[in-house]
Amino acid sequence: MSRSAKVFTAATLCVALAGTGMVLAQQRPAAPAAGAVAAAAHVAAPQRTGLGREAHAAEVAAWAIAIRPDGQGLPPGSGSVKKGEDIYQTQCAACHGEFGEGAGRWPVLAGGRGSLKGENPEKTLGSFWPYLSTTFDYVRRAMPYGNAQSLSNDEVYALTAYIMYLNDLVPESFELTRENFTSVPMPNVGGFYDDDRETTERAFWNPNPCMTDCRPTVPQVTGRARVIDVTPEGRSGPRVE
Amino acid sequence: MTETGMSRETARLNRRGFLGAAGLAGAGLATAATGVRAAPPATPDPLITDVQDWARVLGDGVQARPYGSPSQFEKHVVRRDVEWLTASRESSVNFTPLHELDGIITPSGLCFERHHGGIAEIDPSKHRLMINGLVDKPMVFTVEDLKRFPGRQNHAYFLECAANSGMEWRGAQLNGCQFTHGMVHNVWYTGIPLKTLLDEAGIRTNAKWLLAEGADSSGMTRSIPLDKGLKDCLVVWSMNGEALRPEQGYPVRLVVPGWEGNMWVKWLRRIEVGDQPWHQREETSKYTDLLADGRSRRFTFIMDAKSVVTNPSPQAPLKHKGPNVLTGLAWSGRGKIGRVDVSIDGGRNWRTARIDGPVLPMSLTRFYVDFDWNGQELMIQSRAIDETGYVQPTKDELRKVRGVNSIYHNNGIQTWLVRANGETENVEIG
Repeated sequence: MSRSAKVFTAATLCVALAGTGMVLAQQRPAAPAAGAVAAAAHVAAPQRTGLGREAHAAEVAAWAIAIRPDGQGLPPGSGSVKKGEDIYQTQCAACHGEFGEGAGRWPVLAGGRGSLKGENPEKTLGSFWPYLSTTFDYVRRAMPYGNAQSLSNDEVYALTAYIMYLNDLVPESFELTRENFTSVPMPNVGGFYDDDRETTERAFWNPNPCMTDCRPTVPQVTGRARVIDVTPEGRSGPRVE
Repeated sequence: MTETGMSRETARLNRRGFLGAAGLAGAGLATAATGVRAAPPATPDPLITDVQDWARVLGDGVQARPYGSPSQFEKHVVRRDVEWLTASRESSVNFTPLHELDGIITPSGLCFERHHGGIAEIDPSKHRLMINGLVDKPMVFTVEDLKRFPGRQNHAYFLECAANSGMEWRGAQLNGCQFTHGMVHNVWYTGIPLKTLLDEAGIRTNAKWLLAEGADSSGMTRSIPLDKGLKDCLVVWSMNGEALRPEQGYPVRLVVPGWEGNMWVKWLRRIEVGDQPWHQREETSKYTDLLADGRSRRFTFIMDAKSVVTNPSPQAPLKHKGPNVLTGLAWSGRGKIGRVDVSIDGGRNWRTARIDGPVLPMSLTRFYVDFDWNGQELMIQSRAIDETGYVQPTKDELRKVRGVNSIYHNNGIQTWLVRANGETENVEIG
């Protein structure tokens, strides 16, 4: 194609695009969507496209069910240990065991206190989970397994209370409510700290990693996967040609 | 350094490594140059002298395979799971067959799966993505809306489960890189920056954290620092040029480059903007790293630099003396891979491997060592070094600082023992 023909084609295309109302996105002025609030509330003045729509309050209420440790997001309601036990035995015990001990490989819900430094750490609400809100949030959004979000808020309060009871955190007479939710601290709340690898593992940044004679002795095999023998594969030996 | 410059540099180091590696040659590895070619056979090969079926009759027409599949002779190249690992296969994991793949892109159908409530099968016309919380206006987007946003991007990123190699903390357990390292994949994503959607809703000045939530039956949730969300997170609908696979979050998933796979929420239906993390199940009870003193690190998002030799490995043993190709993958959540070193004597001596293909930030990177094998026993290791200077530690170095209870973030150097008969095994050495 000759240069003049290319210019002609490009010009024709521009006219055609303009004729159909197409505007290059980069050239569009940063017009805020109608009704946008004062720019002071923004981190930076955003460039808005007007795509999407505003959410209905009931839509947000239906999906925004995350609970924070400070209780933000908790719905109104309450539930007792006793009521929780009834629900637990019919809805939860088949997998988690009658006393939260876990059936088969399903998660253990109770016990494990003092196990975190040992051979088999058991991570329960009583031994590990830092916040009660996580139990309420998770049971409400994901349990019972295979029938998620089928429990009422009162039932989730009751089950949470019962799991607290199984972990010796409250007496049998306890009733959990939105109002008293943050009054019982979890035993391991102080057991967590933010990622510090870039300071405590600083030695792994090494400008001169060893290239030759890096070990004083010839390495010896100290452990073998085949001895453990848990790999789900056939293992016919290869033939070397 | 440019990517091409990087490749040249590693190639130079590689050649120098070979020249200075007389000791290594004695241990069974030498440059590929000494092959003795076989003489013609006594009788000719019938595969050449006879006309084969596929050379005589017509094969399938163009209508037979409207969506192509791998050859019938590749049926063994599949994701595999380990049944005893979990109580239920709906909340479980399977593994990418790394030893059967090459290059850096993982085929979509072989990308490992990790679900917490099975695969959500969602009609894209019925999918909604909500942005709520500390925003000017809570918003709802359809999948069609997302595809109309300006500023669409394409990136290759690795996704590694934080528990990849998690079964190996106490010692060599699973015999195959598919099982020890197969909770990683690397695909091309197409989508838009998460920032675009957050800007559309208008973030309030006190916002500091995001909560990403999935539409599956586990209602998967993770808290993500706002800075990361604004920096490079993507909302994507495409992998390797086509729609996401259902098991990878169709129709929409979150991409959190370089950070642990659990945060890449699939079937993404909601982003909440807040001023504190939510401390959800997957960031308290799970995906926290229990250390030897009984305390736990939380929010260990970044995946440290890591590598593994995929061939040879237990599922892909050495079958021939003479010329062989050692290859593997390296990656880092902190950026590009700078260099990969390989040892065949259990880490006593190292040489720098040749990197081939693109070296992209937070993407799998492919390395090679072409070698002659004389049938001697090898203890093969690889060691990734990323552009920040982080050097992949040995398993013992990791255990020294973390103990053996942390489950997650095991990026220790893997050892494969190649025996004289070529059989290759996952071993620990000391």
